[in-house]
Amino acid sequence: MSQGIGVVGLYVRDQDEALEFYVEKLGFRVHTDARNGDYRWLTVQHPDQPTLQLGLFKPQAPVLDASTAQTVSEIVAKGAMPPLVLNVDDCRVAYERMQARGVEFTQAPEERYGNVDANFRDPSGNGWKMIESRRAPH
Amino acid sequence: MSKQEQARTSQDPELLRRLLRAKDRMDAASHEAWPVQRLARVSSVSEAHFARSFKEAFGLPPHRYLLTRRIERAKALLRDTDLPILEIALQTGWNSLGTFGRTFRDVTGESPRELRARERAARHELERVPACYVSAAYRPGLTTAVSEKRRQEAGATKSAPQKPEVI
Repeated sequence: MSQGIGVVGLYVRDQDEALEFYVEKLGFRVHTDARNGDYRWLTVQHPDQPTLQLGLFKPQAPVLDASTAQTVSEIVAKGAMPPLVLNVDDCRVAYERMQARGVEFTQAPEERYGNVDANFRDPSGNGWKMIESRRAPH
Repeated sequence: MSKQEQARTSQDPELLRRLLRAKDRMDAASHEAWPVQRLARVSSVSEAHFARSFKEAFGLPPHRYLLTRRIERAKALLRDTDLPILEIALQTGWNSLGTFGRTFRDVTGESPRELRARERAARHELERVPACYVSAAYRPGLTTAVSEKRRQEAGATKSAPQKPEVI
């Protein structure tokens, strides 16, 4: 596939911390980690989704001025960024595994409307909803 | 610097992240009691600092935020289940049907029974939206304290309750 969404970015407070979280705790892979002075272009990928990169960006100069960067950092820390959804085969199993690795869950797996979901946050405050999406039988 | 500008001074993102943790805990268990000392402990700040910082960060005092979550949950249960209203009151953190009914009416403008009847009449097609976002859409906006709202409406409503809500 050559058309479609390539990168979607998150703002994070610390890129090293975010990298450790998304790779070590969630099992994502690093796609690009490129530095230019203080600026760092960092993207990760879900192992099952090679066409989509998740950017882990720090609100900082030169992209943002200092005052805007501060405002964005506050918004992220307040959990006010848009919702993110992670689809998993088995929500309870993923919950156990991730919790053992120290992921901060804000809601344990709950069954509603015949499906199971849980909520967690990354260290910066970005909120994820983890939804069980059983694959269609082959 | 004017008062309004001062009110919008920036807050430390590290503190905000810890305040968010207290908000998350209320979200996860809004039926539980959340006195300020418990919330302050979650956020690792002093009690005096907590209430002020929380309001500055999230726009309303912690107890009022909790109230919006309880009402939101009660509305969802009224809409989506056949549970008796007393049961819903107890499940969402109230100790009595009277307090629940009064607070619910003060916040939403209608009684639990009226809301249930109205929601049943007009089913929404929200199946494709994750449940928590649907739920959030039903969260009441509480820009004033419930006691204040009651005072404002006291002239119009003869039977306006005098007792302030204690959560």
